[in-house]
Parts: sequence; structure tokens; C-alpha cells
Amino acid sequence: MQTDPHETTSETGPAGSTWDGAPPVIAPGQTYDSVTEQISEIVQTPHTPWGWVAVFGVSFLIVMMFLAAVSYLLAVGVGIWGINIPVAWGFAIVNFVWWIGIGHAGTLISAILFLLHQEWRTSINRFAEAMTIFAVACAGMFPLLHLGRPWFFYWLFPYPNTMGVQPQFRSPLVWDVFAVSTYFTISLVFWYIGMIPDLATLRDRASGRVGRVVYGVMAMGWRGSGKHWRRYQDAYLLLAALATPLVVSVHTVVSFDFAVAILPGWHTTIFPPYFVAGAIFSGFAMVMTLAIPLRAAYGLQGLVTMRHLENMGKILLATGLVVTYGYIMETFMSWYSGDPFEIYMTLNRALGAHAPEFWGLVFCNVLTPQILWWKWARTNVPTLFVVALIVNVGMWVERYVIIITSLHRDFLPSSWGMYAGTVWDWATFVGTLGFFLALFLLFIRLLPMIPMFELRELLHKLAEKDRSQHEETAAADVRASSRV
Amino acid sequence: MKKQRPPMYGLLAEFSTVEELVAAVRRAHAEGYRNMDTYSPFPLEGIDDELGLRRTSVPLIVLIGGVLGCLTGYFMQYYLAAIYYPINVGGRPLNSWPSFIPITFELTVLFGGLFAVFGMLALNGLPMPYHPVFNVPRFVRATRDRFFLAIEATDPKFDREGTRRFLEQLAPYEVAEIAH
Repeated sequence: MQTDPHETTSETGPAGSTWDGAPPVIAPGQTYDSVTEQISEIVQTPHTPWGWVAVFGVSFLIVMMFLAAVSYLLAVGVGIWGINIPVAWGFAIVNFVWWIGIGHAGTLISAILFLLHQEWRTSINRFAEAMTIFAVACAGMFPLLHLGRPWFFYWLFPYPNTMGVQPQFRSPLVWDVFAVSTYFTISLVFWYIGMIPDLATLRDRASGRVGRVVYGVMAMGWRGSGKHWRRYQDAYLLLAALATPLVVSVHTVVSFDFAVAILPGWHTTIFPPYFVAGAIFSGFAMVMTLAIPLRAAYGLQGLVTMRHLENMGKILLATGLVVTYGYIMETFMSWYSGDPFEIYMTLNRALGAHAPEFWGLVFCNVLTPQILWWKWARTNVPTLFVVALIVNVGMWVERYVIIITSLHRDFLPSSWGMYAGTVWDWATFVGTLGFFLALFLLFIRLLPMIPMFELRELLHKLAEKDRSQHEETAAADVRASSRV
Repeated sequence: MKKQRPPMYGLLAEFSTVEELVAAVRRAHAEGYRNMDTYSPFPLEGIDDELGLRRTSVPLIVLIGGVLGCLTGYFMQYYLAAIYYPINVGGRPLNSWPSFIPITFELTVLFGGLFAVFGMLALNGLPMPYHPVFNVPRFVRATRDRFFLAIEATDPKFDREGTRRFLEQLAPYEVAEIAH
């Protein structure tokens, strides 16, 4: 029989640095137990941090403002917004595209990096997935509110009805309904399935009856059986494999909303890849915007390490370059097409009424990320945070420019118009920011924000790798000494 | 005649490392035990044969779901756009299949994903609020940092005393009886 496990550490993490000299994915000295304790204590402590209460209070007030704005909208109609003819798609669609793009980084981290065996994804995938779900929830509200009569939203779906009509399946707007609802559903089940083993940990760790029952129901009786794990891993892998093309398809379909129309500035074949890259770009910026304050507030520097931030910085730079390529190609093609409407659209973007927005987006999305070429910038937390914030703003402005500039100057000068958001537009947009923040705060207070079982598995793998390396060096020593 | 229920669910040995559990599973398999299961805070590798885990049926279920979703997606659109509610737009074909691809794809993924989730849960018998292993007080650590091997009483080689003696040879932290 062995000694009490509390006195011995069953397995420790690897030494300070990894073989390739990169900073570690988990700080040294972590054990199965310490990882579990650190993450579940955030949820299961009876003391809610004051900072949490304060930020939640603010976001709650913003949600109230959002509800007021939506109530007024439902009572009066979309006329309270700045939309008009020709600019019928204003803030609502800008916000929709912005929010849904943010969601994409969560799926990218949880599915694509999982398929590519990127170990560093483990500490950040859970909250990135939560971000996805909340961002898609925010995104979904805008097209619905924009409908004019949101209470008839179910007309978007094909169902047997007494009117005898059905959706037009040749329209990208109907594709969008299916793409976004599938995306939301799959992201939700992926997130939940990934959480089941950790919910079981919380159930077994809970001291009160409420915790045991609530986490027990959510864990569905998970007991870590070897047979269950086998099917669980298969299902998780297949979900990741399905989510990967899904995430690409969603923003592709969103870009079809524009590209299938014949408007100058929208009708271009580069839109799908350019939108997907832009989505990942903005999504990683949002993951960083959330991760940097979180790790500071909860002391998670040992789990969300410099390695994570640096890697995300690199992805931000790479996707930023793809987006820049998109901008250049748009400009080039409008000149190369020789089409006067296309050329006018490009000149109008750069020099017209919305020129400040256009040059703002060039500053935010093209110039700012270039600082990430330097390693000191990628490893400097405040710099990364500022870059991420600027990119968030830049990507919102990008969608604003795409939507507004193409709509307000179309083919007939007699139908030109101007557009500006009203106070209700801003209240609704800022309202969803508060809604997102409130959901996210509830998530970090009530659910494990870092997957504990994946971290334990990672610790085990790293320890094994470490051990085999020691054995190799020992064997090499033996060979060397025998030669002498 | 109904088979008599064994007096207990089985015996549960607790180990503090993965290596000890894996070695124990191999020993137990070599000893002839077949009805056994491991309980661990993260998935283990290298003991599938010993636990009798062949390929799972989850991939097949996902394939069925995906094919079903694909057919549902396409034929729903075909039926609604070409038969139930045909709209002639400039004489273009009613069965305009390229426009039907995005929704067909989305429904393929949707059905495949939902089949994966519900298929996995159904095969695992979850949700299952009660299971005998939860009766062992130290089992709470199976979701934290401890590794357990359960030899079930339904195993033909199971013998309350003999199996306990065998498990104790493996130097576990503790061997506990699992009450029903």
C-alpha cells in the first residue's frame, strides 16, 4: 500500500522549457491535482470576486439598455434606425457580420487546431468556444431584429403553412439561415460534449447539495469509464472534423449575401476566402481581448502562457496579411475590370464621404498588425492587448465600409443617399456587447473555463515525452562510456 | 429462469499513476479477467485490446447521419422548389442544383454532428444518474487524479476472495468492494 496521495505529487509537469526552446504550454510544477484545484476553485469558491461583481453590474446595465432599445424597436419599427433607401442594410448587418466573424476563432481553435494536434490549444479552447456561442447568439439577433416583424422569424424556415408558400432556396439569405443555425447548434453541442468530463469533476468536488445536483445533472452520470472514453474520443474527433468545413462554410455563405448581389464592391469572387480570413482575424483578436484580462484577473499565467499569446499573435499577423491581400485585390480588380462603376466605387471609398472610415480600417487592419513581426511585440502583453483591441475596431469598420459605401452610391446618381447610425443603432450595438460580456462572465463564474481533463492528459503526455528523452540521453551516455 | 444477480457489482482497485493502472489491466487480462473497466480522469491509451474495445460504432453512426442529412437537405429543397412551390424565374430550371448545395452541406454537417453526439451518449448509456461505482467513497477522485480498475462480479473468473487477493498483488492504493 502506498502513502497518502496528498503528500506525494502523482505526476509533475515537464521542466521549465521544451526541447525546441519555445516557452512551455504549461508552466512547470503543475500536477493533475493542482490543475483541477486551480480551475475548479474559480467556479466553486463561495466568494465571488468584487471585480467580477463590478464588471457584471456594468454589463447588466448595458443589457437593460439593450432591452429598452429592442422594446422601442418592436413598438415603433425599424424606422428608429438610420437605415433608408438605398442604404437598407445598416448597423444591423454590419454587427451581424462582425459578431459572426468573431465566433469563428473559437471553432478554429477547438476544431482545426485539435485536428492538427496543436497542444497549445488546450488552455484556451473552452473559453474560445464559449465566446463563439455567445458571439453567434449576438449575431443572430441582428438579422431577426432587422426583419421588421421579428415575431414572424419562423417564416424563414420551410414548414407546412396555410399560406402555401415556401422559402426561396436560391437566395443566399436563406442559406444564411441554415448556415448560422447549424453553426450555432454544432458549436453548442461541441462545447457541451467537451465539458461533460469537467462537469463530472465539479460534481465530485462540490461540497453542497445544489452543486452536486446541478453539476450532476449536467454531467449526465459521467464516470470516466475506459469504454466511454473510447466512444467519447471518436465522437469528439468526428465533431471536430465536421466543424472544420462548417466554420469555413458559414462565413463563405455570409460573404455570398454580398457576392451574389450585383452591386459594385460586393460582386467579387475574392469575397469568400477574404471573409473567412477576416473572420479568423477578428476572432483571434477577440480571444486575445478576453484572454489577457482573464489570465491576469484569475492568475492563470501558468496555464495560459506566453506561448499561447505569442502563437495567437502570429495567427493575427498571418490572417491580417491575408486580409490585406484581399484589400489589395479588391482595388486591383476594380481597376483591371475597366468597369466605371467599380472604379468609381473604389475611388469613392478612398476619397468620398466615408474616406475616414476607409483609412481608419487600413490603419487598424493593415498597419497595426505589422508590429507583430517583432518578437518583443508578440511577447509584450500590453502591446498584444492594444493590437487586439485595434483589430476588433478595425474589423467592425471594415464591414461598415463594405456595406455602406457600396449601398450609398449605386448605379443611378438619382438614387444616391447618405447613411449614419442613430442613437438607437448605437444602443443596440453596444447593448449586444454588454449581453456578450454578461454571458461570458456567467460562464467563467459557473462553468470550468479551461478543460481540466485535457490539461491532465497533456501533463501526462509531456511527462512521458520528458521521460523518454531522459532515457534517450541516459542510453546515449551508456553508449558513449562503453566506447571509452 | 432469471440469472441470479451477483451479491455485489465487483471489486475496485485504486492506483495513483497511469502506468500502474495500465500494467494492472494487462496483468488482469493475462490472468483471464474479461468483464472489467477502467475509470480515469482522462482518456488512456494502449489498453484497448485488454478491455475488449474494438472499433466503436460512432463513426458508422456519423456516416449514416451525414448521408441522411445530405439526402434530406437536397430533396427537401428539390421538393419545395420544384414541385410544391415552383417559381419560374426567367425560365431557369426549377431544379437549380448549384443553389441547393450550401443548404445540403449545412444539413449534412448538422445531422452528422447531432448523430455523433446522441449516438455517443446512447452507446455509453448516458445519461445514467446512478451507477454502483459511485458507492465507493474514494471514487470521487476518478474525475480528478486517481486511476481505477473495476473487475465486475459478472466475470466468470470472479471470486470475491481470489480476485481481491489478485488485485492486492498489484500494489494498489486500496481495493474496495462495489455494492450494488
